[in-house]
Amino acid sequence: MSGRRRPDGSANVGDLDLFAGGAPSRVAPRAAPPAIDRPLAERPAGFPGAAPGCALAVSELTSIAKDILEGAFQPLWVRGEVSDFKSHRNGHWYFCLRDAAAQVRCVIWSSDQRRIIAPPDEGMQIVARGQLTVYPARGDVQLIVSALDAVGDGLHRKALDVARERLAAEGLLDPARKRPLPRLPRVVAVVTSADGAALHDIIAVVRRRCACVQLVVVPTKVQGEGAPGAIIAAIERATRWGGADVLIVGRGGGAREDLWAFNDIAVARALAMSPIPTISAVGHEVDITLCDLVADVRAATPSAAAECAVPVLAEEIVSLRAQADALRGAVGRRIDAARRRVDRTTLAMKRGARVLVDRRRARADVAAARLHALSPLAARARGVAVARDEGGRPLMRASDFAPGAAFALTLRDGVVRAHADGEPGP
Amino acid sequence: MTAPVPNESPATYEASLSRLEAIVRELERDDVELDRALALFEEGIARLRLASAALERADAQVRILTEHADGRLRVSDLDG
Repeated sequence: MSGRRRPDGSANVGDLDLFAGGAPSRVAPRAAPPAIDRPLAERPAGFPGAAPGCALAVSELTSIAKDILEGAFQPLWVRGEVSDFKSHRNGHWYFCLRDAAAQVRCVIWSSDQRRIIAPPDEGMQIVARGQLTVYPARGDVQLIVSALDAVGDGLHRKALDVARERLAAEGLLDPARKRPLPRLPRVVAVVTSADGAALHDIIAVVRRRCACVQLVVVPTKVQGEGAPGAIIAAIERATRWGGADVLIVGRGGGAREDLWAFNDIAVARALAMSPIPTISAVGHEVDITLCDLVADVRAATPSAAAECAVPVLAEEIVSLRAQADALRGAVGRRIDAARRRVDRTTLAMKRGARVLVDRRRARADVAAARLHALSPLAARARGVAVARDEGGRPLMRASDFAPGAAFALTLRDGVVRAHADGEPGP
Repeated sequence: MTAPVPNESPATYEASLSRLEAIVRELERDDVELDRALALFEEGIARLRLASAALERADAQVRILTEHADGRLRVSDLDG
């Protein structure tokens, strides 16, 4: 494509691929000063265009028109609806701005695009600041736009959507990337303005909740020209220092333009790459910033970020005491259980032994009793006497007694000599 | 039997707390040996000490991290 035309249209007249193109030349070459600003009567007979013989070339006409238009119009804000938007390969953007009754062709040179947060969408209501001119190659009136904004927040939303898609494609929005915050950090780094309300709020909250946590401020510009680069440098500095356990990045509330640095895709990337868990704290805005999306935790305000970052000391102490009680209780119960078990065992052993002894003793008693019962002495005790013959043999039956035979009766307390008298009894 | 207690790090506090919880849970079980129970208790006490030491650091100062022209980082008191 031959498309590098100069805005004065002095080249490539035959090139019809688009209605405008080419980087603007900063010093527009002026055509020879036309004489049209003088009253007609004063003009010489040979005045260009006054007669067929001195007809203007088309390019002379458009060049004159261009000069007049550019001289008559300062850059102006124009409002209208975008249509036919094209991002040309040559890097420039072309579109029409229209309302119900009219339209004007517009171009945004690539060199001016970096100041514009996003290309406008088809149908978007915008205001554009531009210099009215003529595009000679077409003879069109054209607005060279250097700044634009959407009516409402359409353009910001679009820029955010584009950046968000890019971050998603890079995997930086994956919920699995979200890291838990430490329950009790030693050091919290805060990337914010050193003199902003955000820092003041964070310090106040941390002092109130948990005085054992140290704060390290990594000061940075948070809005205006160069803010994104400054925030990235501060995040990098905090990372390189490496002394913090959590990183808060944020600022207090402000207008959307003031918060815009936190929607910078490079800032979001830098935050996503932090080796320590991050909390975004871009204040008081209903919109979610890109930093909010990539941070491990999003807090609505700097105060809320501080609350996420540090626990309430008193609550931690209470929970620690509860843990100590639980520990002592558990080991105490374990020891009690062990002691009870020993006691039970001892008791069981004693009881078992006693039963055994008792049983043995009972058996012994029974045996003794039986033995006793069987002993002749016992029989004597009951009044029974043992008869023995003279040889000392016991006489157990009646037939053992021969009539007239002598025998001895052994009684409990002595021996009686006797004689059997008569026949044995029945 | 007692696991080595790690030196102070950001994770120490919560590691101590979750180890404590695990210790209490194990102690609550009926089948834990008495020797084991006593070792667990000792470890638990060490963890408690570590955690409460972390809470007792009274260090509410605010400092500022700045970078010298040569790239060296410096941490100083905010007011200083």
